[in-house]
Amino acid sequence: MRTLVRRLPTIRALVLCAAALATAASVGACRREERRFRESPPSATPSGVRVSALQPGTPMDTTHVRNPYENNAYAQSEGQRLYGWYNCAGCHANGGGGMGPPLMDDEWIYGSSPENIYATIIQGRPNGMPSFAGKIPTPQVWQLVTYVRSLSAQNSTGARSSRTEHMMMYPGSNSLQDPETPKNSFRPPASEMP
Amino acid sequence: MLQDGLRGALNQSVLEPAGPQAARAARLWWFAFIVATIVYLLTMGALWWAAHRARQRERRGEVAVGPESELRMTRGVTYATAATIVILLVFLVTDLSVGRTLSPVPSKHPLTIELTGHQWWWEASYADTSPHGRFTTANEIHVPVGQPVLFVLQAQDVIHSFWVPNLAGKKDLIPGYRQSMWFQADTAGLYRGQCAEFCGLQHAKMALHVVAEPASQYRQWVSQQRESAATPPDSVASRGREVFLTGQCAMCHSIEGTSAGSHAGPDLTHLASRRTIAAGTLPNTRGALAGWIVDPQRIKPGVRMPPNMLKPQDLDALLTYLQSLK
Amino acid sequence: MSETIAPTAAAVPLGPDDADIAELTRTYRSDANGLWAWVTSVDHKSIGKRYVATCFAWFLLAGINAVIMRMQLARPENHIVGPDRYNQLFTVHGTAMMFLFAVPVMTAMALYLVPLMVGTRDVAYPRLNAFGYWVFLIGGLFLFTGLYTNTGPDTGWFAYTPLSGPEYAPGKRVDVWAQVVTFTEIAGLVAAVEMIVTIFKMRAPGMSLNRIPLYVWSILVVSFMIVFAMPSVAMASTMMLAMDRLVATHFFNRAEGGDPLLWQHLFWFFGHPEVYIMFIPGLGFVSAIVETFTGRRIFAYPVMVLSLFITGFVAFGLWVHHMFTTPVPQLGRTLFTAASVLIAIPTGTQIFCWIATIWAGRPRYTTAMLFALGFIVVFTIGGLTGVMIASVPFDLQVHDTYFVVAHFHYVILGGVLFPLFGACYLYFPKITGRLMSETLGKWHFWLVFIGVNVTFFPMHQLGLDGMPRRVYTYLPEMGWGKLNLIATVGAVIIVSGVAVFLWNVLASARAGAIAGANPWGAPGLEWATSSPPPPWNFHPVPVVEGRAPLWEAGEELPVATGLATDKREIVITTALDAIPDSRHEHPGPSHWPLVMAIAIGVTFIGAVWTPWAYVIGFAMSGVAFAGWGWPRGTHPEDQVTDGILPRAEAR
Repeated sequence: MRTLVRRLPTIRALVLCAAALATAASVGACRREERRFRESPPSATPSGVRVSALQPGTPMDTTHVRNPYENNAYAQSEGQRLYGWYNCAGCHANGGGGMGPPLMDDEWIYGSSPENIYATIIQGRPNGMPSFAGKIPTPQVWQLVTYVRSLSAQNSTGARSSRTEHMMMYPGSNSLQDPETPKNSFRPPASEMP
Repeated sequence: MLQDGLRGALNQSVLEPAGPQAARAARLWWFAFIVATIVYLLTMGALWWAAHRARQRERRGEVAVGPESELRMTRGVTYATAATIVILLVFLVTDLSVGRTLSPVPSKHPLTIELTGHQWWWEASYADTSPHGRFTTANEIHVPVGQPVLFVLQAQDVIHSFWVPNLAGKKDLIPGYRQSMWFQADTAGLYRGQCAEFCGLQHAKMALHVVAEPASQYRQWVSQQRESAATPPDSVASRGREVFLTGQCAMCHSIEGTSAGSHAGPDLTHLASRRTIAAGTLPNTRGALAGWIVDPQRIKPGVRMPPNMLKPQDLDALLTYLQSLK
Repeated sequence: MSETIAPTAAAVPLGPDDADIAELTRTYRSDANGLWAWVTSVDHKSIGKRYVATCFAWFLLAGINAVIMRMQLARPENHIVGPDRYNQLFTVHGTAMMFLFAVPVMTAMALYLVPLMVGTRDVAYPRLNAFGYWVFLIGGLFLFTGLYTNTGPDTGWFAYTPLSGPEYAPGKRVDVWAQVVTFTEIAGLVAAVEMIVTIFKMRAPGMSLNRIPLYVWSILVVSFMIVFAMPSVAMASTMMLAMDRLVATHFFNRAEGGDPLLWQHLFWFFGHPEVYIMFIPGLGFVSAIVETFTGRRIFAYPVMVLSLFITGFVAFGLWVHHMFTTPVPQLGRTLFTAASVLIAIPTGTQIFCWIATIWAGRPRYTTAMLFALGFIVVFTIGGLTGVMIASVPFDLQVHDTYFVVAHFHYVILGGVLFPLFGACYLYFPKITGRLMSETLGKWHFWLVFIGVNVTFFPMHQLGLDGMPRRVYTYLPEMGWGKLNLIATVGAVIIVSGVAVFLWNVLASARAGAIAGANPWGAPGLEWATSSPPPPWNFHPVPVVEGRAPLWEAGEELPVATGLATDKREIVITTALDAIPDSRHEHPGPSHWPLVMAIAIGVTFIGAVWTPWAYVIGFAMSGVAFAGWGWPRGTHPEDQVTDGILPRAEAR
């Protein structure tokens, strides 16, 4: 017991250190590790999203809607699953692009911020991107947004999973790319550029 | 809640076998149990006796045992060890012989079912020589009584394990592997099975039912399952089909005979013919179905089915349509 | 001081020689106090104590997890925790109990006891010992920090791929698990190496192999098992799982030529021997307790030792019985079934030998002895159900059900916790100098004994009723509610028993009856020195003439004089016959082990977030290596005086 009393400062110091460490860790871990299953979708959905720098008249004030899942690991992996389930890969391949534009570069026709991507998925875009309004529930759209942004490393890499259990899912995986669809091959015609 | 539609189906006991596989395992258990009980009682008896004798000697004021007792001790330990070895060998031989008799499928052309594990439901495809004879269902497997059924097991995502305790032991469904197992149901009835390999958030609620029925009834069921979905009988159901096809449902589910063809979620072609929904979690009633469609995450947190915000009349129509899918 | 070790023919009592003691006190700086002395200490007793205390802290935290789980399962469709939280709770419970409690607490007890039992002054490599502890501490802190920040691993303590792979386990949760395993494996390997060298090369003169206490034999066997088993999981978790997750390798990706079953083989190649690594030291404790409290040497010593060795060997040949539901060919099943059944034989023989010893001796039913008897009663049930589930047809029915949960809790609580509690009562007076309360001890024993049976016996039936493991809830219609409620009540009883134990420890440490050097009249060398032992353990060094030195020597233990008191000197003896061979100087206090542990910690924890951690970690480890190995002119460490010493028989 005497030794215990003598060690008290030591123990207190250790406890303090642990507490500081835990606080620091929880701040970072909170957003990344949370798993929210019963989510009512954010009330504000982006409506007046600007997709181009050019615009007539006085500058329009757009609403900025924060992606509720940005940097959340679970949402990102859900988005990854839905990307396959909803056949996004059918046009965009695994991010490298095919019939649709690639998603893992930084050239975004209609903007790469979360609300832009949200609007693109919900509204659809010319030349093939269908509108998913009413087809995908809002929380899942945000999960897809999170995943799509992770393809081009626009959100925290800490939340991203390194690979899937399939072939060729990630740039830099050792598998051969399909030679018919080299990366970044897609350029929309100049007339369609905003 | 489940009990009404499923009387008798909630018995998931290893010791109430309904087929040869489970029966052999249950017999093996009783054999092992009796032998183990005897061995345990003998060991504990020896321990008690040793303590008792030691105390007796102490009470009589004797000092520790003399060297002549070493021989008795040696003999005692040797006999006990020899008995252990004999018992274990008998057990081993019994066990291996049971294992060997159970391994091969006792039929050349058994009914074959391809079972695929998903997080967190079961997809069952009935094999057939003609493509028209094939059909897919989910979470409820019908088998004819008295016939061996071969299962080809595979997994779509993570490892699951197929286990219907009343019928047979379990076998894992491993992504990238195709394993097989067989069982046979000797008595008609409804048997419950549950995933037995930890597979994530809803491992606890990943169940399935096996319906063992007489051959004639089974054939009837098969021919019904091979049909495409029934056309909606009335305007409400037609409206429901429209809700299904234009809304979120068709993004994941398929219904034969309609344009819904996604295989991400369970096939719903004959949903109304099934006894349960949500992988054996809820009875297939209108109320449960409504609750499940609107807020599945309350019933199975983490499940892949998203909540569906439907207008009341849309939900009503959808339910009518789904319940018409006999 | 004389320059040679000359075992004196005449027996010299281990009495205080004031000048020597004063010099030893200076040499060992035993009067040093405060944080710095504590941090830099390399004394195996100081490290052993904090190691044991740390293990018990993890035990309590993991036990709290178990209680929450039992509360959740007490009735069907309960909503105390959801599946997400529940999965973290049971994973951390299993991981902590296996990696942070059951194995390391046995190692920790050995680190304290083995040098005393073999009559030397410290473990081999004292600084490595300190390093092992710090690494272990960092690992445990990391795991529980993870749990309490919602980053607790949630894929089971076995972390089967692909569920634990990058696609199905998002976030950093499983990375935490993989790195914690690495930390504990480093600590375990380090301790194993120390134990092997200590036992082979540092035994007291005269303690030839056939005179080693059974507990020390068990630690030797376990240490070798650790050396062979742990690299398997360390490689699997650190290299393969962590790399799959962090840098997208494909070891376990079937689509790219990897194999999820490879993980299971590597994991269970470690995981099954792990079970024996946990309870073989328990067998050693039972031998020590039975020997002490029957006042008689354990019957059939060579058989006991051989049984330990056979268990250690066969333990490596049955890992596949965890995988009978995966594709295993018929012949393989037969082999692994046979091995699983046959491993029951050596353990059975040991139980028979203990019973024979009790029969022939004069048992005193102290708390420690009750725990040893409780071990036989509880563990035998676990052993028998273990034989049952070695059978493939029956295992396929109960694999991954509560039957297995019941089985291994009987084995682990019976084989690890009971002997450990018994050992606490036996060695507490040696460690603190005070006896533990026997009244509280009896309460403790009966509460834990009843609690264990009430908790885990109904689980056999639950398993046979078809309840799978690792479920966060079950449907009310399944009829599992009643037995689950009983199990939960049992868990509460266990908790109360453990609370009595903690109270007993704290109260007895403060105000227990003063114990002499040998309060139990035990035979081992550890009882030849004062309680608690001085930092140098023995002076002069005892000489052993039989298997039960204190019983044979009576009042006067023969000793060897000649060890320096102005240096931390130890005797190195030959591996087989323990003939004095050379003398060796041990290092003094050092903070470099801590620095090295922190470097390792930065590397492995940081690597979860950024590969730069390796760069920083390498640099830090380089500094720590340099500091650790820096030549210290005044203390040549390799002053081996081989050849000068008379190779005298220590008799």
